[in-house]
Amino acid sequence: MQAFIIRRILALIPTLIFTSVIVFASIRMIPGDVIDLMLAQNDISTGNDRAVIEASLGLDKPIYVQYFVWVGNILQGDLGRSLWQNTPVTEQLAATLPITFELGFLALIVALSVAIPIGIYSAMAQDTAGDYLARSFSLLMLAVPSFWLGTLVMVFPSVWWRWAPPLQYTPFLEDPLGNLGHMMVPSILLGLSLSAVTMRMTRTMMLEVLRQDYIRTARAKGLSENIVVMRHALRNCLIPVVTLIGLQAPLLIGGAVILEQIFVVPGMGLLLLEAVFQRDYPVVTGVFLVVGIAILLINLFVDLTYGFLDPKVRH
Amino acid sequence: MSETALPLLPQRRPFVFFHQRLFREKPLGAIGGVVFVVFLFCGIFADVLAPFGMNETDMLRRLQSPSWAHWFGTDHIGRDVLSRILYGAQLSVIVGFMAAGLATVISIVLGVVCGYFGGAIDMAIQRFVDAWMTFPDLVLLIVVISIVGPGVPQIVIILGCLYGIAGSRIIRGSVIGIRENMYTHAAQSIGASTPHILTFHILPNVMPVVIVLFTTRVGAVILAEAGLSFLGLGIPPPSPTWGSMLSGTGRTYMYLGPWLALAPGLCLTVVVYAINIYGDALRDLLDPRMRGR
Repeated sequence: MQAFIIRRILALIPTLIFTSVIVFASIRMIPGDVIDLMLAQNDISTGNDRAVIEASLGLDKPIYVQYFVWVGNILQGDLGRSLWQNTPVTEQLAATLPITFELGFLALIVALSVAIPIGIYSAMAQDTAGDYLARSFSLLMLAVPSFWLGTLVMVFPSVWWRWAPPLQYTPFLEDPLGNLGHMMVPSILLGLSLSAVTMRMTRTMMLEVLRQDYIRTARAKGLSENIVVMRHALRNCLIPVVTLIGLQAPLLIGGAVILEQIFVVPGMGLLLLEAVFQRDYPVVTGVFLVVGIAILLINLFVDLTYGFLDPKVRH
Repeated sequence: MSETALPLLPQRRPFVFFHQRLFREKPLGAIGGVVFVVFLFCGIFADVLAPFGMNETDMLRRLQSPSWAHWFGTDHIGRDVLSRILYGAQLSVIVGFMAAGLATVISIVLGVVCGYFGGAIDMAIQRFVDAWMTFPDLVLLIVVISIVGPGVPQIVIILGCLYGIAGSRIIRGSVIGIRENMYTHAAQSIGASTPHILTFHILPNVMPVVIVLFTTRVGAVILAEAGLSFLGLGIPPPSPTWGSMLSGTGRTYMYLGPWLALAPGLCLTVVVYAINIYGDALRDLLDPRMRGR
């Protein structure tokens, strides 16, 4: 297991380097130069000041030196300061990241509790009307845009019953019920859109497992179908489904951006959108980098869990 | 002894034959294909089909519910929603096909280079693809749009690159399989040049995967563009995109005219759903190994 962990961590290094290069390149592509924005913000326009700022930011150095300085700063937890609020980007991320993770975690619970039972049912009732219905539901969930569902949930209950989902955010530690009440609708919507892929995967894996010899043996022993499914098939079929959690992390964070905007959840997605509209590039690139690294780490964790659950993978 | 001419077999037209099979074996997928064609038709002929101009306002007929005169009702400044939906379909067709086309070309180039040549090039490109796929599509799109600004060409190029790089992995996998086939080794052993092998042996065999990839990418691109437009980062107004029709100032009026929230999302869902089931059916027929997955 130790060799497997070391191998996985080593495999992460080149990807991490490329990820940092992509984020760094995006910073260098920013139109009009960050210095112009800073000068405009501080109402300074002399050439002398520009040279001073360039030197202080290290922009007068060759590009590869700038890259290494930038990586060095990141390793020390310095992602720059917001152009508008003048607060460290790390502070803003530390405030918003847990909120997005909470939304993602709740959505994942919804997705798994919808997808796994339907996936199992669909496999058990292969090629029946119920199976077709379940598969159609899964394809439909892939097609329905979450922002449309979010819009419908905002508009129609309000028109029909004079009820609207709560839009006032309260931290979980202050008021757990109020917090969950606010998070409930966006996490259900996000969870439903994620459930589609997990459901298809559960069904496929279940169908494969149900054709294995040990399932035939279990049935031949005279075990009831429930025990065969729950004790023998389900455990084996769920191992690959664990990998999906890692693969769905980008979908989860991407979906959170839109739903945070609709339901005014002050997470990282809303921070990113506000920064984009204010052209606050240090915040934009900070979020960009943290999202990339968070997803890489989630995938690493999932890979290691997978290796732990399935000894074959370790070798 | 006179030679007797063998009767010629009727020439099989692959396109017609394939679609006959599609309707026979995958009726649901075929319905998806029909909806896809109808969507294409509406998009191409939006100028002729739309009963009103896309920005033709009539303040006397604002916020009218669906009727015979206005099938999908009118919005807060009296514009016909059906007409805007049709013009929106036109934009979706343009963006969907151009970006999916670009994505397919990028996927083929990267996938064939990595899959056929392998080695250090493959290793370097694949690590880049890994890093690229780390970022959520929407986050990557938002960041790049914030840098290059919104507009049709920018969105087509960004979506093309986004899905092209990610899709190259699928083509690469397919090329690696084909590279090891006997006919490829035979072509190599008789001295066929690499461009010849790529053009006449690898590409034709990778085409089924390319067709499926292109079809599913059209749906993904339409959905991504709508998401961007919804966030106000897509094609700028007054162009009526399906995503932007659900956001902006129009959103405030949905409480007075709930039909404004229905039509764009419904069209988007139906089109993407149709493309997905059509893509699934194509994959089942063209690549039997993937059947049912």
